[in-house]
Parts: sequence; C-alpha cells; structure tokens
Amino acid sequence: MITLAHYIVLGAVLFCIAVAGLFINRKNVIVLLMSIELMLLAVNMNFVAFSRFLGDVSGQVFVFFILTVAAAEAAIGLAILVLLFRNRSTINIAEIDSMKG
Amino acid sequence: MTPELLQLICFYAFSFVTVAAALSVITLKNTVHAVLALVLTFFSSACLWMLLDAEFLALALIVVYVGAVMVLFLFVVMMLDIDQEKMREGFVKFLPVGLIVAAVMLVEMLGLIGVRAMHAQVMGADPAAAAGVSNTAWLGLALYTKFLLPFEIAALILTVGVVAAVALTLRQRTDARHESASQQVKVNPRDRVRLVKMEAVRPSESVSPSQNPSQEPQP
Repeated sequence: MITLAHYIVLGAVLFCIAVAGLFINRKNVIVLLMSIELMLLAVNMNFVAFSRFLGDVSGQVFVFFILTVAAAEAAIGLAILVLLFRNRSTINIAEIDSMKG
Repeated sequence: MTPELLQLICFYAFSFVTVAAALSVITLKNTVHAVLALVLTFFSSACLWMLLDAEFLALALIVVYVGAVMVLFLFVVMMLDIDQEKMREGFVKFLPVGLIVAAVMLVEMLGLIGVRAMHAQVMGADPAAAAGVSNTAWLGLALYTKFLLPFEIAALILTVGVVAAVALTLRQRTDARHESASQQVKVNPRDRVRLVKMEAVRPSESVSPSQNPSQEPQP
C-alpha cells in the first residue's frame, strides 16, 4: 500500500538533490535555475500527496498556482539571462559582480 | 497480484527514475543533457501524480513544463555560447559542502517523517470520485468559486511575465538599416518629383567644335 510517507520521502529526497545542485553548480546560472525548478517540484509533490491524503482540494489548487508562478519566473529569469549574456558575454556568477554586493 | 501491490511497484519504478534523473540534472557536464534530464524528471513526476489520481495537474505539468518551460530552457541553452569547461570550475571544490548539507537535511527530514509515519497513513479513496465528479471538475469547481480572485491574479501574473520578458529582451539597434512604414505611407509624390515645363527647342547648331576646349590640340 502506498502511504503518505512514501510521497513525502520522495519530496524530501528531491529537495535535498536540488540543494546539493545549488551548492556544487555555483558557476552556471542555468543549472541554478533548474535546481530551483526541482525544489518547486518537490514542494508540489508534497502538496499533491497531502491533498489526496486529506481529501482537500486546496492542495491541488495551490499546485496550480505554483506552476503558474514558476512558469512566469522561468520566462523572466531566462530573459534576464539572455540580457546578461548580451551585455557581459558570460553567465558565470563569479564574474557578475558589478553591483559589488 | 493485487492492485495495491501493482501500484506500489509502479510507485517505486517511477520514483527511482525521478531521483536518478534529478541526480543527473545536477551532475551532468553538458547543460543540454541536464535540461533533457530535467524533462525526464518532470515526466516521471507527472506519472507519480497520476498514481495519486491528480490527472489534471499531471497533464498540466507535462503540457506547461515539458512543453513550454523546458523548451524555453533548451532554446536559451542552445542560443548562448557557454564555455562548458569554465562552468565546471569549483565543482569538485564545492562537492563535499553540498553533499554534507544535503545529507544532513535529508537525514533530518527523514527522521521527522519516520517518527510521524509509525502508524501507516494509507491513502484514502479518491476524494473526487467520492464527490462523484472527475478530478478536473473537482479542481475546477474550487478554482472558479472559492479561488476565483487568486485565479485572476495568476492570469495577471502571467500577463506581466509575458510583457516583462518581451520588454527586457527588446532592443533598438542603431546600426541596423530598416524601413519606416509610417514614413513610407506619409510620403507625397510632390516631395520627390518636380515637373518642369519648358519650351520644346532644338539645341542650337551654332556651337562650333573650336569652342569646346577639350577638343583643342595640346600645345
């Protein structure tokens, strides 16, 4: 029998993989964006599992909104990335330091 | 073989593919391959959601993510000329830190889940089927009544996203030559051609060859 814990464990594993991806791909902005997408997927997995477990529709509605916002975020993020590459000819995070942050 | 056992086998198969693809997303050297691995991750996640009877979201994940977002990623990755080797700098350097942080987080989360999962929390019956409607109708009923305002705000966010993406990447090139349609339409023939009226006269024949300096013999 599939229990709630199965899906939560899977979500936790996906989230930790995404965190590790953020750490080890410090240079490549595209892989960083993909790691964030993986994190959102892990969260969505939990939402869907709890929605089914509790019989509440709100969880699935939330996943719907997360998908919407993530699509908008990816579009704007990639637009910024294209702009960055056009102006600086690099997407290496270590070289993007003109704001001295 | 009972249906429950079959579902469990399907769950393990899909989640194995999901985790393996997610691992290859963060470790593959070629970014294009990483994007394709992410597509596989989303696809097998959609299969897992299908097991949870969340058909609408599973198909939306495939259509929206695999169909739109990941193709956008693929476009950008192929469009930008990235030095793959330079991007790999620091991979080995940050590998231990990343592994330690991820492993500690995973152990903590699994510990929490394990404590709570002592009593098996078996998934109940499909709530949509219990309500007598399909999953899509179940979701749509909530979306268009209780969550109508957030739904419209989500549409607004998508519109802002489209406008922002276009506004960010639009550029006016000063070195390119292009036609201005409005100026072409506004042009008047009188500005371009001047009609001159003049007498129809034969050129006079009194001009002697000696008057033409170019035909004089050189001294």
